[in-house]
Amino acid sequence: MKTLLVTLLMALTALPVLAVEPSEMLKDPAKEARAREVSIALRCVVCQNQSIDDSNAQLARDMRILVRERIEAGDSNQEVLDYMVSRYGDFVLLEPPVKGTTYALWFGPLVIVGLGVVAVVAFYRRRLRAVAAGGGGTQAASVPLSDDEEKRLAALMEDAES
Amino acid sequence: MITEVGHFALVLALMVAGVQAVVPIVGAHRGNAAWMAVGRTSALTQFVLVSIAFAALIHAFMTSDFSVLNVVRNSHSDKPMFYKISGVWGNHEGSMLLWCLILAIFGGAVALFGRNLPPTLRARVLGIQALISIGFLGFVLLTSNPFDRLIPAPENGQGLNPLLQDPGLALHPPFLYLGYVGFSIAFSFAMAALIEGRVDAAWARWVRPWTLAAWGFLTVGIALGSWWAYYELGWGGWWYWDPVENASFLPWLAGTALLHSAIVVEKRNALKGWTIFLAIVAFAMSLLGTFLVRSGVLTSVHAFATDPERGVFILVLLMVYIGGAFVLFAVRGPALKAGSLFRPVSREGSLLLNNLLMTTGAGVMVLGTLYPLFLDALGGGKVSVGPPFFNAAFVPIMIPMVLVMALGPFMSWKRGEALATCKRLWPALALAVATMAGVGAVMGAGSPLALFGLGLAAWLFGGSCLELFQRIKLFHAPFSESLGRLARVPRATWGMTMAHIGLAVFIVGAVGSSTWMVESIQVMKTGDTVTVAGFDYTFHGARTFRGPNYEATEGTFTVTRGGEEVVTLKPEKRIYPVQGRPTTEAAIHTMVLGDLYAVIGDEDKGGGYVTRLYFNPVVAWLWLGSALLVLGSLASLSDRRHRVGAPVRKAQAEQAS
Repeated sequence: MKTLLVTLLMALTALPVLAVEPSEMLKDPAKEARAREVSIALRCVVCQNQSIDDSNAQLARDMRILVRERIEAGDSNQEVLDYMVSRYGDFVLLEPPVKGTTYALWFGPLVIVGLGVVAVVAFYRRRLRAVAAGGGGTQAASVPLSDDEEKRLAALMEDAES
Repeated sequence: MITEVGHFALVLALMVAGVQAVVPIVGAHRGNAAWMAVGRTSALTQFVLVSIAFAALIHAFMTSDFSVLNVVRNSHSDKPMFYKISGVWGNHEGSMLLWCLILAIFGGAVALFGRNLPPTLRARVLGIQALISIGFLGFVLLTSNPFDRLIPAPENGQGLNPLLQDPGLALHPPFLYLGYVGFSIAFSFAMAALIEGRVDAAWARWVRPWTLAAWGFLTVGIALGSWWAYYELGWGGWWYWDPVENASFLPWLAGTALLHSAIVVEKRNALKGWTIFLAIVAFAMSLLGTFLVRSGVLTSVHAFATDPERGVFILVLLMVYIGGAFVLFAVRGPALKAGSLFRPVSREGSLLLNNLLMTTGAGVMVLGTLYPLFLDALGGGKVSVGPPFFNAAFVPIMIPMVLVMALGPFMSWKRGEALATCKRLWPALALAVATMAGVGAVMGAGSPLALFGLGLAAWLFGGSCLELFQRIKLFHAPFSESLGRLARVPRATWGMTMAHIGLAVFIVGAVGSSTWMVESIQVMKTGDTVTVAGFDYTFHGARTFRGPNYEATEGTFTVTRGGEEVVTLKPEKRIYPVQGRPTTEAAIHTMVLGDLYAVIGDEDKGGGYVTRLYFNPVVAWLWLGSALLVLGSLASLSDRRHRVGAPVRKAQAEQAS
């Protein structure tokens, strides 16, 4: 319970966003632009799903400054990301790396789309076979309408036509 | 005293729901009209009782009754009355009570307006609604009671999270819940149809208005949340692929699919089993959303495991309702199989493709949203699934959908002609190409994907307009005849045209605002001028003042373009002393091509202020597009075919004359 409260508190205090402060920004606009690009890809690890670029949590600020230090030190964007992963783990990347534990995530969408396509193709083929077997567009399996229901249906349909 | 009345009414409502869940269903089974009629009375009684409970809680908040624990935790006597009331649902317990209230409202509405439903169907629908009510009333009473007392009462409350003290977010939850819970009606109709063993055009016609209403409400709810994020979070973003946002988007996708497949059942008597399946999925997504947001599982799996009472309760409800529904579907579904035939290239075929893409899109989003939870729970370590994943996985699924959206309405039922339809759409293609070329010439070809997105929007817009033109024979018949035809276009068709154009407008907003945003962050002193996207912002200093329950710093900017004054912007930064938390109130000037957006931050040591100035292109199109989607659902809902009570009223009128 206590950990929940602490996490919640941290998450909540992080909400009103006054993210990047001018004092943190690099003088060189090209380097600053790179810093922003890297920051957007990094998660503020105490927040709920915010990048360090748009969180005002203290930790996000520290991480932003760290990113800028690495860029000033001559790291490429990828090297900065690798450095942050070495410190905080995969959790810090908003785009999860493709590896054993995330294959299901990255290839899952293809499987889902594939299953959907197979289901639709199967649907059309089954319908075709049903026609071939002569059982096509009938309602043999369902309960027939009673007279009263037929009347209601007719009234509704008539209403639709008018 | 009033609080106890509310508590008591809620317990009574649970009892009534118990009766409502059993008697009408048994009555329908035995053909006992008196037992079936119990459904109507008990649904209305349940509605009155839950309303009393909700009114009692509102009363406690309005009078700042600090002997009620929920009021202490979420209210403060200094708060404006509007936010005292919205505080009722600005917390877990109250929002779950709102959930129950809306469930009771929908149940009562079916009881009141469902007079033209066959008695057995109505009895079964109300019985199943009551089964859902039992679960959620039980949840509120057992784990989340908003009527708990706190004795001795403290002198004042802890106040409401300042971020929630905002008109957009005050209205966001009720609309969202109207959408979530509205899908329960489609679910109950689906269950009732499975029990009866029959799904036909009349059934689809009864389900459609409820689904349309729920979908419209959900659209309003999501748009309000997005709008709030845009103006409140202070940097002009409006969608973050946050799990909480995804939780509201999932039922929207499933509901959109359901709306479209119900059309096929209504017009062509096909896709029946699939439509039932979608009705279950849409409500499952609503329950999943409720679970994700209400269980605390998103903050951390471990937080969920240490305080699991509420989360497990909702999870059990989710499994019982959805598991039960799928079992019923598996047993009774095969009996529904038969339906009329159609080719893949046809109106039905295009609607089925819409369904396929909407559901796979929803499936991909479920995967991305739940993946970190499952991986962590299985001990696979912690990962974050953020915007890059969703953009990469979801957007490509939506592209073919928009492409076909323009084609589908041109197709004839049963068997369409792909080539002939495409030929008719050449003006839309021309419009798309012209849009890409035009925007590319002005903005540069640096973002080919964005240009393609705008081209898609133009294609959809053009296709939707052409469909309307063809319907009224514009340019192919005398103009007066076209006008006459225009007046006779059914409202449901207007609904489709508006909603499809709405999506096109929305896509323009989504693509434009995420691609061409201009940002400038700096320290400004009085008299400084900064230029953002051709607009000169001059800072005139800041003043402080006191609001009803906050202290504010308000900056003043005049914005000029080419020496001519455009607007004066006054962004605020507020501190709410009760919580000690700041909020930003961005100043926004909306124009057709973009919003001027200014935020003021802290004062620095040199007497300047941190300012954030943005040009957010075409953001207004997002809200206009959303409004068109909602208007489309309203237009469709007002079609007399969809008016639930229409045939009854007609019959009465005939008798009277």
